[in-house]
Amino acid sequence: MTALKNLDDLRKLRERVKEDLNERFGGEIKIIVGMGTCGIAAGAREVMAAILNELRLRNINATVTQTGCIGMCEREPLVDIVRPGEKRITYGRVTPRDAKRLVAEHVLHGRVVEDLVVARFEE
Amino acid sequence: MEELSLHILDLVQNSIGAAATRVGILIEEDVAADRFLFEVKDNGQGMDKELVREVLKPFTTTRTTRRVGLGLSLLDMAARQCDGGVEIDTEPGKGTRVRAVFRYSHWDRAPLGDIKTTLLTIIAANPELQLEYVHRVNGRIFRLDTEEIRTVLGGDIPLNNMAVLGWLDDYLAQSLAELYGGEE
Repeated sequence: MTALKNLDDLRKLRERVKEDLNERFGGEIKIIVGMGTCGIAAGAREVMAAILNELRLRNINATVTQTGCIGMCEREPLVDIVRPGEKRITYGRVTPRDAKRLVAEHVLHGRVVEDLVVARFEE
Repeated sequence: MEELSLHILDLVQNSIGAAATRVGILIEEDVAADRFLFEVKDNGQGMDKELVREVLKPFTTTRTTRRVGLGLSLLDMAARQCDGGVEIDTEPGKGTRVRAVFRYSHWDRAPLGDIKTTLLTIIAANPELQLEYVHRVNGRIFRLDTEEIRTVLGGDIPLNNMAVLGWLDDYLAQSLAELYGGEE
């Protein structure tokens, strides 16, 4: 019976989310997690899960996506954060605990978490 | 890799790298047959015979940033260590199916681990992907199809919406607990 009850919940959720969507406005924040074999072996899945969890708790609308190996395997898990109109920042050796900090500081307030930065790019 | 669910995530990343739009994951845990197997199949670009031969050797990859890769060879080693192996069924343009078999009771067999988080991260990062998940545990079965969720949500709410992911998290936790725990 779980499945049916849960689909019912999903239907209810749908109505709520639709109202919510109407209130959102543009300027999407992007978070990219390195998910090559090296990233996964270094803990990228747990980092992505921590990011998703923190976004949900803080009710932040951001797109979380993945990339493959970019040749910095020894610095995995790598997380890139791109705020609209700002530099793309790459963070390295990110732990789930760091991930929470990245959301609270960089994603939410635009404050770069300097001690974890490994690269910066102009978008 | 410490969990088989991380190997599954790795295989799905391969599928996504091969431009797959549909991915099927099958897990079968069968204590009576003393067999643990999983399968990832996709409709991606597939591999030719030469690449299939290469792909089980360490340090092979299709990636262009740096010609070193490990994923499938790691899985192959893990499965062989547990009296099993990896089978790859693929053809250029026809997609790929990777099947890994382990002896269930083998001392070195890694646990499945956190398959819920594997599924959540795949769906969160690939909201357009059509994912079908079938998980059998000693005759019980759990099945998840992202297209059913999409149908309920209608066209305007993506699967990576935070509220939807929250629902999915709860749903998976509950369903997997039932699959293992044997409740109604």
